[in-house]
Amino acid sequence: MKYNIKPFKILLLWVAFMGMFLPKNALAAKEEEGFQAGPFILEHVTDSYGWHICGEGDKSVTIPLPIILVDQGRLVCFSSGKLHHGEAAYEGYAMGWGDQKGAIVKLSDDYTGHLTPGTEYAVDHVCKFNISITKNVCALFISLILIAWIFLSVARQYERHPDEAPRGLQGFLEPVIVFLQDEVINPSLGDRAPKYTPYLLTLFFFILLNNMLGIIPIFPGGANLTGNIAVTGILALITFFITNISAKKEYWIDIFNTPGVPWWLKLPAPIMPFVELIGIFTKPFVLMVRLFANITAGHIIVLGFISLIFIFGQMAPAIGYGVSLVSILFYIFMGVLELLVAFIQAFVFTLLSAIYIGTATEEHHEESTELA
Amino acid sequence: MELIKPSFGLIFWMLIGFGILFFILAKFAWPVITNGIASRNKKIQDQLDEAARVHAELENMHLKHEEMLAEAKAERDAIVADARKLSEKLYEDAKLKAESEAQAIIDDAKKTIYFEKMKAITDVKNEIANFSIDIAQKVIEHELSDKDRQEKLIEDWVDNCNLN
Repeated sequence: MKYNIKPFKILLLWVAFMGMFLPKNALAAKEEEGFQAGPFILEHVTDSYGWHICGEGDKSVTIPLPIILVDQGRLVCFSSGKLHHGEAAYEGYAMGWGDQKGAIVKLSDDYTGHLTPGTEYAVDHVCKFNISITKNVCALFISLILIAWIFLSVARQYERHPDEAPRGLQGFLEPVIVFLQDEVINPSLGDRAPKYTPYLLTLFFFILLNNMLGIIPIFPGGANLTGNIAVTGILALITFFITNISAKKEYWIDIFNTPGVPWWLKLPAPIMPFVELIGIFTKPFVLMVRLFANITAGHIIVLGFISLIFIFGQMAPAIGYGVSLVSILFYIFMGVLELLVAFIQAFVFTLLSAIYIGTATEEHHEESTELA
Repeated sequence: MELIKPSFGLIFWMLIGFGILFFILAKFAWPVITNGIASRNKKIQDQLDEAARVHAELENMHLKHEEMLAEAKAERDAIVADARKLSEKLYEDAKLKAESEAQAIIDDAKKTIYFEKMKAITDVKNEIANFSIDIAQKVIEHELSDKDRQEKLIEDWVDNCNLN
């Protein structure tokens, strides 16, 4: 190991040394017209209407996904391939630009064909009810089928071989399920655990599997599903509704008449109830942001390292090759870190959901303080 | 697409998809899996308990067995001791009986000997008496053959009688 570090250090020095000889203004000028890391990274962490496999520009291989719209009471379905990554319109429908980026817009006329860059096209309206099967929706479906298949087959194992030692996938997943039950669900929820166990287990494995699929750079993976604010938002919203709908009287008493707080924080101006009320909403909001930010940040860092290769490659191919070695080492490091984050974030989301639901459904006050 | 603007389509599909997934897993997977784990845990616990119970039983039986063994040993010792005592008693009795019988025989023999001796002595005495009578008859016949001697004898008797 010690021996291997040496060439690595030399390589780093070499890259820095080569960099000194490059004129700064030439570097800046090239960046303007050539590879742009910002849009490149953003394009990869956000949603899109096609699933890009490989290649660039005209030679790119993309799986076209269906666009489904309900526009003015009319169901509109067509392949996203017809839009040519936003360079064409189909029956007046085109990908939005500027403020409408990411949306599907209806042009003033039912134009089909290529859009000339630089031309101003009049936008009639933005299609609000857009339920297109985007890359993330497609990834969602894949993950749903995968999770359903995994757990239904595991469940079948339990049915076919009751009271036997776990085998195969069952043996791999059982410790995780038992860990969640014993360390997360049962301590937080106590005797109410059976009611909420299905939701919490589904939540954990949904987040975990999608986090891991997101790390895989090729087809079935690669979509940044759990790094999408809509997905994390829905998950947080479900936890929010479960928490507040199943909440017991004590939970609301805690919020509107918090015990152990001086009366003057409650009576003339309800400062404490107000703060507690905000807390109801901040909890799921934080759940949403934490998962979204952690996963997206990881992807952005990885894409940043990949971008470095192309940025340096534009200066000189040799530097690009040199940097690629460093970039890939960092990429591997980040990949391992992301794998850890995938588990941690799934665990944290489930743990906090369990604790929120657990404190809300607590019947006796003494225990709720102990749990918190 | 925007990074922090949730898109309607994804929310729509997410609600439906996650809902269906939850429904399927909650109905067909989680109960089976959690019950399966719980049932296996119970079975393992039961078997451990059963093993502990059987072990305890075995221990108990072992103790009982040892107890029985000890009892049997004690009984055997008692029987042997009894037998020894009995045999000693029988021996003593037999010895006493034999001694007494021997004594009786000896006594009998002594008695018989005494009687025989007495008989013999009596016989001898009678014989001696007869002999003496014969002798005395002969002496008297001899003594009384002449008158002087008769007189002298009478005199002697008279003398002796006076003295008595």
